Amino acid sequence: MSQPLLEVDDLRASLVTKYRRLDLLNGVSFTLDRGEAIGLVGESGSGKSLTTRAIMRMLAKGFRTEGDIRFDGESVLGMNRERLRRFRGTDVGIIFQDPRAHVNPVHSVGDFLTEALVRERGVSREDAERRAVQLLDEVGVRHAERRLKQYPHELSGGLLQRVMIASVLLAEPQLILADEPTTALDVTAQSDVMAIIEEQRRARGLSLLFITHDLELANACCDRLAVMYAGEIVEQGAHVYDAPTHPYTKELMGARPSIDERLDRLPVLEYNLEIHEELKARAQA
Amino acid sequence: MNANAAPRTTQIALAKARTQDPGAFTLLLRKLGPLGIAASIVLIVFVLAAALAPWIAPYDPDFPDLLSALSGPSAQHLLGADALGRDLLSRLMWGARITLLGPALVILIATVVGVVLALLAAWNRGIVDTVISWILDVLFAVPGILFGLIAVAIFGPNLMTVVVGLSIGYIPYVARVVRGAALRERNMPYVQAAWLQGQSGFGISLRQILPNVQPIVTAQAVSSLGFAVVDLAAVSFLGLGVQPPTADLGLMVKSGFDSMLRGQAGEAITAGLAIVLIVWSITVIGDRLTSNARSIR
Amino acid sequence: MSVPAFLLRRAGGLLLVLFVTSFIVFGLMYLAPGSPLSFVLGPRGGTPEQIAAVTAQYHLNDPFIVRYFAWLGDLFQGNLGDSIVYRQPVGDLIAGRVGTTVALIAFATVIIAIVGIGLGLIASLKGGWLDTVITTLSTLGLATPTFVIGVALISLFAVGTGWFPTNGSGGGGFDSIWHLTLPAIALAVASAAYLARITRASVLEEEGREHVQTAVARGLRSPLIIRRHVLRNALIPITTVMGLTIATLIAGAVVVESVFALDGLGSLLVRAILQRDFAVVQAVVLVLVVAFVVINAIVDFLYTLIDPRIQLGSKQ
Repeated sequence: MSQPLLEVDDLRASLVTKYRRLDLLNGVSFTLDRGEAIGLVGESGSGKSLTTRAIMRMLAKGFRTEGDIRFDGESVLGMNRERLRRFRGTDVGIIFQDPRAHVNPVHSVGDFLTEALVRERGVSREDAERRAVQLLDEVGVRHAERRLKQYPHELSGGLLQRVMIASVLLAEPQLILADEPTTALDVTAQSDVMAIIEEQRRARGLSLLFITHDLELANACCDRLAVMYAGEIVEQGAHVYDAPTHPYTKELMGARPSIDERLDRLPVLEYNLEIHEELKARAQA
Repeated sequence: MNANAAPRTTQIALAKARTQDPGAFTLLLRKLGPLGIAASIVLIVFVLAAALAPWIAPYDPDFPDLLSALSGPSAQHLLGADALGRDLLSRLMWGARITLLGPALVILIATVVGVVLALLAAWNRGIVDTVISWILDVLFAVPGILFGLIAVAIFGPNLMTVVVGLSIGYIPYVARVVRGAALRERNMPYVQAAWLQGQSGFGISLRQILPNVQPIVTAQAVSSLGFAVVDLAAVSFLGLGVQPPTADLGLMVKSGFDSMLRGQAGEAITAGLAIVLIVWSITVIGDRLTSNARSIR
Repeated sequence: MSVPAFLLRRAGGLLLVLFVTSFIVFGLMYLAPGSPLSFVLGPRGGTPEQIAAVTAQYHLNDPFIVRYFAWLGDLFQGNLGDSIVYRQPVGDLIAGRVGTTVALIAFATVIIAIVGIGLGLIASLKGGWLDTVITTLSTLGLATPTFVIGVALISLFAVGTGWFPTNGSGGGGFDSIWHLTLPAIALAVASAAYLARITRASVLEEEGREHVQTAVARGLRSPLIIRRHVLRNALIPITTVMGLTIATLIAGAVVVESVFALDGLGSLLVRAILQRDFAVVQAVVLVLVVAFVVINAIVDFLYTLIDPRIQLGSKQ
């Protein structure tokens, strides 16, 4: 049995201020094997994005992180600064939600793509640009050479997200964190971008932690689902979509609109005392 | 009803109790913060000293006590006396009147004219907006203080001339900020609602838009006031504004400069320091108001 | 918009502004009470022959529009008129003084750029007590009028210690720089303080941007992130303010030159106003307006080099 690529064990994160302490992740645990894809789903504010930031050790000052994160058996929280930089640069890549905000507007697409290779890995500019063009081609960006000279504001959101994906793939990571990669895009671009992520992941045998609100999408392209609520994973596994067991998951799955029946009002997730009590009891146990 | 109905209403009530009616004064203090409150106290002291100068100034500001000429601080003259033996404290208090009132007038004129132009441009758009924007562009093309100097060149050195001239220089700054804000407000649903109710453009500009851009107007006026104090004092210093023997802080720095070359720096230091304190306090208050005007949006 | 088209449009705008300001300046001077005759001939007036000669020389009898266009025509031929007080062509008066003013403003600009941006960077990147000290100093610097700083500098470094001269422009070369040091500092303080504040605020704002997160997530080294993703982007607001600042220095120079008795355009203007030497006032005002507009156009051009999102000639 080979070692999992990523092990997250009892991950806790809290924001500590002078006056109080806010617990935002309350013991998140999961493992991700090589080549496996997990869909992390849940409501806004349940801690999905926070989990990815904690894995990258990119939480803002004032956050306290506890627990264990192991990448290929190595503790991420124990990495020194230089190792952490290489971990971020080469082992793991993150695709952000809003490419418009996450790509620096003042540098050209070519600069953005080749920056890490040229500046941090000593690849020659010509070589880096050749690789960038090839990758843009692979993620379905046409006229790649011309794109390198363009600036982010000249590209559509969908195109820019492909550039972002290409930039992540250029670093040749083993693990990709995708934080709602399609939420900021329009519907047609959404399916294209998702298809590209899927295709590249399978072709390269990458692991994927996919964060989304979209249960169908997560189910379609992930091996397993993990459901987050109030800073912890309430239920995970391959069964979650079709046969949820936890009361919260049941309600969440029940809140999906269906094509088959017509509803006057969509189901709403109520603030559920029962679930809350249960979580409290578990936290105290 | 669901289970959280009760606690939720309690929460809303609590939130209301916290935000409601802490008193306008408390709110203002909270906005200003410690530094802003310190600045306000400094400004109030100067305003009071200036306003009450005729009653509380120890001497007639123009009375020459030649025996005390160029003397340092003493029991007789708390801050000393200038080259003509006039009491510096008294001149400082009388001088603050002009140093404060002149710029206030500059900003008042610039703000009224600027707001009217801005609202006209924002409401009418089209040709009116084009013409007004064009006028503002031309005004922008001339450094503000030059208007004051041109006015003096034509009508001679005199306080009102400078005030009117300078205020023209400040109009475009007010108008540009307010025009932008008014254009944003104009697209708000509440303005369209008022329009549908049949209110006139003039009425909407006055009753709907103006109150909503008021925080921006106030913030702009206060921060411009600091610059106006500097500009007006500079014009006085150059000898192009108020004429001696009138007490004015800019003029006092000028005459203090001459005394300083003769070895007595008291007048230059007092008057210079007074100007710095006045401008500093206005700037700090303006900063606090501006940062809050932004955070509201 | 292409570069030539941009230049053409800006030149057109400049001509328009010049036409309007020249008309207003000339018109207002025309309306001014008091006749220039009395300034030329002195309080006792002159003989009828003298009056006629001066009237003819300065075209005092022609209607306003005729005089305006005659003046404008002369202007385009490089003839700015004659100074009534100096009895010299205004062009010569300006040519002899423009160097001092340009040198003063350039010197101050260098100080503002180095000190303002430098302090702003230290405050934002180092933080802590340095930030507090610099922020406090910049608020004070912003509140101190140029002439107060000038007077203070003279009392401390010229009268007090004798390290620097109290007045005059110096005799060229190093001597000029030495004479201009205190004036340039006086002119620079308020703007440097303002630029330091803007620099600090923009660096802090850029540091919090999402694209900086991307750079961190890509494992870039901090110096590279600071340089390429924080400072590079903060340069946009910094340049804006820098440009506006240089333009305001033109007005500030008028004050500083008078404090330090420098023989530049500013002190020329102040004296001309006091002596009602209208030809000089008109010409100097126009020169200052041209400089103001040209500097603003240069700054607009620089934006397009710094911010790829802005097209030449587009209104922000």
